[in-house]
Amino acid sequence: MASALINVPAKAKRGDIIEIKTLMSHIMETGYRHTATGEVVPRDIITSFTCRFNGAEIFRADLFPAISANPFITFFTTVTQSGKFEFEWIGDKGFSETASASITVE
Amino acid sequence: MAGAVPIVTVRPAEATPAMLASAIRNVTNGAAVKTGKVKLDIPPLVENGNTVPMTVSVDSPMAPEDHVASIHVFNEKNPQPNIGNFYLGPHAGRAQVSTRVRLADSQKIVAIAKLSDGSYWSASADVVVTLAACTEELI
Repeated sequence: MASALINVPAKAKRGDIIEIKTLMSHIMETGYRHTATGEVVPRDIITSFTCRFNGAEIFRADLFPAISANPFITFFTTVTQSGKFEFEWIGDKGFSETASASITVE
Repeated sequence: MAGAVPIVTVRPAEATPAMLASAIRNVTNGAAVKTGKVKLDIPPLVENGNTVPMTVSVDSPMAPEDHVASIHVFNEKNPQPNIGNFYLGPHAGRAQVSTRVRLADSQKIVAIAKLSDGSYWSASADVVVTLAACTEELI
């Protein structure tokens, strides 16, 4: 089963720059490997990752087969108000997962 | 007769420097790419090409009038020249992203940042891989 690991500080001061770390379990099959009988193993990767804060997109990434299995992505954002981060991973074979994390800004 | 049988070896698909250049052109639309501002942190020697930590940071105030719009990372010798595209904005506060990448061979990695004024800046790094990511491995 797909599962996400999210690391967002629970609290921050207004105007702080915080780091967000995300990891989604996924095989990230490149589509360039072969089975012993010579068939190509079909590509199965996450192609898109998006992070929204209170509904507004703050970070987005396009992923390619060169991203390692279990994609780990970290980035930064400035927090100005309390709210909820929503994370979304979309990929091949109808893969779609979401996760969320809340932050309290003082 | 036991003649010479030509041995046809099928080489793995491999991005060439030409593919790298064309992938970069797709992003920049031919605009000039200057060297500088971008810092690409990746180990110079890795044992395992399947998971190589990489951090790209850009020297930018990240203000509404002057910020990094996107960061694009490319490689020279994987089957595909693209590694990832990352889109950020002034709210990011710090123009830095990290991830883990696969490298099929010892090669050059290129990171390009697009700034809000439309200029492009780049940095590159060479990585020696002792155990490549398994594009050829039988499973």
